[in-house]
Amino acid sequence: MNAAAKQRHFDLKSFLANNGALVGLVVLCIALWIATPHFLTGPNLMNIGIQVSTIAVMAFGLTFVIVAAGIDLSVGSVAALSAMVSAYWTTTAGLPDGVSILVGLAVGAMSGLVTGMMSAYGKLPTFIASLAMLTIVRGLTLVVSDGRPISTSESVSFLGSNLGPVPMPIIVMVVTGLIAAFVLNRTIIGKNAFAVGGNTEAARLSGIPVKRVLVTVFAISGLFAGLAGMLLAGRLDSAQPTLATGYELDAIAAVVIGGASLAGGVGRISGTLVGALVLAVIRNGLNLLSVSSFWQQVVIGVVIALAVGFDVIRRKNVRH
Amino acid sequence: MSPQPVLTLDSVSKSFGRIEVIHDVTVDVYPGEVTVLLGENGAGKSTLIKMIAGVHQPTSGRILLDGEPVSITDTKTSESLGIATIHQELNLVPSMTVAENITLGRTPRRFGVINRAEMRRIARDALAQIGLDLDVDTHVGELGIARQQLVEIAKALSLDARILILDEPTAALTTSEIEALFDVVRDLKAKNVGMVFISHHLDEIAAIGDRVNVLRDGGFVAQVPATTDEDELIRLMVGRSIDKQFPREPGVTVQNTPGDGDAAAPGSTAGSGAAQPLLEVKGLNADGLRGIDLSVRPGEVVALAGLMGAGRTELLRCLAGADHYASGEVRVNGRKLKPYDVAAATRAGVGHVPEDRKTQGLVLDASVAENIGYATMGATSRFGLVDRRGQKARAEKIAERLRIRMDSIEQPIRSLSGGNQQKAVFGRWFSAGSKVLLLDEPTRGVDVGAKVEIYELINEITAGGGCVLMASSDLPEVLGMSDRVLVMSQGTIAGELPTAEATQDSIMQLAVSNVHRDEEEPHAASADTGDEGATA
Repeated sequence: MNAAAKQRHFDLKSFLANNGALVGLVVLCIALWIATPHFLTGPNLMNIGIQVSTIAVMAFGLTFVIVAAGIDLSVGSVAALSAMVSAYWTTTAGLPDGVSILVGLAVGAMSGLVTGMMSAYGKLPTFIASLAMLTIVRGLTLVVSDGRPISTSESVSFLGSNLGPVPMPIIVMVVTGLIAAFVLNRTIIGKNAFAVGGNTEAARLSGIPVKRVLVTVFAISGLFAGLAGMLLAGRLDSAQPTLATGYELDAIAAVVIGGASLAGGVGRISGTLVGALVLAVIRNGLNLLSVSSFWQQVVIGVVIALAVGFDVIRRKNVRH
Repeated sequence: MSPQPVLTLDSVSKSFGRIEVIHDVTVDVYPGEVTVLLGENGAGKSTLIKMIAGVHQPTSGRILLDGEPVSITDTKTSESLGIATIHQELNLVPSMTVAENITLGRTPRRFGVINRAEMRRIARDALAQIGLDLDVDTHVGELGIARQQLVEIAKALSLDARILILDEPTAALTTSEIEALFDVVRDLKAKNVGMVFISHHLDEIAAIGDRVNVLRDGGFVAQVPATTDEDELIRLMVGRSIDKQFPREPGVTVQNTPGDGDAAAPGSTAGSGAAQPLLEVKGLNADGLRGIDLSVRPGEVVALAGLMGAGRTELLRCLAGADHYASGEVRVNGRKLKPYDVAAATRAGVGHVPEDRKTQGLVLDASVAENIGYATMGATSRFGLVDRRGQKARAEKIAERLRIRMDSIEQPIRSLSGGNQQKAVFGRWFSAGSKVLLLDEPTRGVDVGAKVEIYELINEITAGGGCVLMASSDLPEVLGMSDRVLVMSQGTIAGELPTAEATQDSIMQLAVSNVHRDEEEPHAASADTGDEGATA
């Protein structure tokens, strides 16, 4: 009774408490702006935008899985397979370029679908099912490419190019972010994901098709991962077999820094975007300050621990 | 008698932010007495207990131990002062043995290695203190709730607890288990342990309580002797008198055919020709259920009575589509229901209020509106888009009709009191227009005022031509609210009684009769671990 009374009218304190990652991001940007003249320049910001786009798009899809109390470790591998198959489709097999992006998206969604089925019908924990898919899919990528890079199709390369002054990856990120937020908050898919993640048994006893929801969120995660993979390959004009290796960890970090709970039932697309930006800005800033990449890893780890630690404390206070 | 209280909460208050949840409450706990805290959910009982246990600190006021002010800053301090709290959710590790649990956190060691002999000795001594005869090498998870609770009490005593706080200890126990617990409590009284006892059951207060402290809305109302009569206690708690604890009004079918309520055919075959049965079950067999036949007509409330583990919950879950059944059929309004499909059952008009609202009924982080809306969210969505405005409007209407007390329909349901949370689970099925309500312990952990409101909801369902199948361990509730009683025992329906002729004794006789018969049969050993406490 007492918690909600506070929420009724806007107050700055609760807004800040609920958007810790955003506050952190702003502080970070101000600090870097003071520390180095190179940070707040057009080219550098575009650079950050391009760098963040892959992780952000991947993390948008992953948010659905995490909201539904699952985890998807396969997104990095799925990104690689999608990019590879779409490149193979046009460059190696000579099939029409017009649908190469769709082919990549379909591969991503199918991969996610399989993970979801393993988990929903095979009763594997999502951690295990997606861990299995991580290596299966990476292996398939090597099989398809025979271990060598393949040039991307023209339409995939277009995804990595600029549209006027604005890089395409940033446009794609904004558009997919809006779509993801809409689907998560307004559609039955998103609302079901929240219910299943919040309390699976209560959702099931209310007639919500829990298994179908699980399969759907994994398919969404795979779809977004596939798109992220093609964004990345498009920038390089080639699909590498080792593309996006380890990206799943950054994507999970972005979702979690953004305020989602690995226990499920909580998560926002805007939060995930902020989480991805925090990671990208830190990397960029440390580069500008010439901090060695070895130390960068240490810093990123500390940031993840701090961000989630603050969140745990905040939640505890809310529930007194 | 004994003038010096062992523990005193001296005009304590507690605020969270700007909201004061406890205002100037004084409670004395005397050695060798049971001090009862009585009040509706949200009256402040649990906050008071948490102050004693060191979870919360009072904003103002003092806590005195043996007349000396103490500051209980955390749970460790509370423990070291000799205060032990037995919560409803037990603090035991199911995968460890009784001895390991009792010595948890202070495992005896010799040369750095666990001294198992010493550990067992400590555990045996602890169990002996409350006269519990139990193998200390048993895994706690294999024990029923009742015995787990006793193990936890033994653990507390072995830590030299002088003050024992019992937070709704009887909520999950059967009548005979409650008696066993009360024997232990009486024994502890003789050993001068001071106890704080919380229960919603007024008869239990009379049975073991000494002084009753009544709280309402965070304030202290009165201290009265436990011999005070029930109506007076209710009046103090609720702040008004409740005319009838069980306001059962017969449903439409019964009204249309006068006298039918009494004459309701004892045979569960749809009989009496008054109306088509709304819910019909034939030859249902499942895990823990054998040959269940029953039917419920429109306007009827049928109670499922029985001991814990008799199969009532299992039966309701099968009917709701939540669990598989091996054979048999379930018909709603004459149409066969697809097994193991909650969505199909929901469409057919079946609503299920599960046993435990927190783990099975509600998404606690979601809002009141969302929780009310889950059963209609899919059906009202268009092109995959949730009908947000419609869902919210429906939820608001239901919340008003069911008098769910809250600040806002968007507030997390976690912050509502137990009774209001339960009403929201009912609201979900009201909103979906369900006609067949399967209620599993619908008023467990709900205070008197909200109980009566839930009973009124049951009346509303039957008045509208719906029917109710209600599993309840609360016999006065069974007798007060049902038209017929089906008594279950070991997975079968042991017998049926028209409520007008039923008594607590006749129900209990049926509930245990089959148990004895079964014990002579060879496969009686298959009785699951959950109910061994009942037969012990």
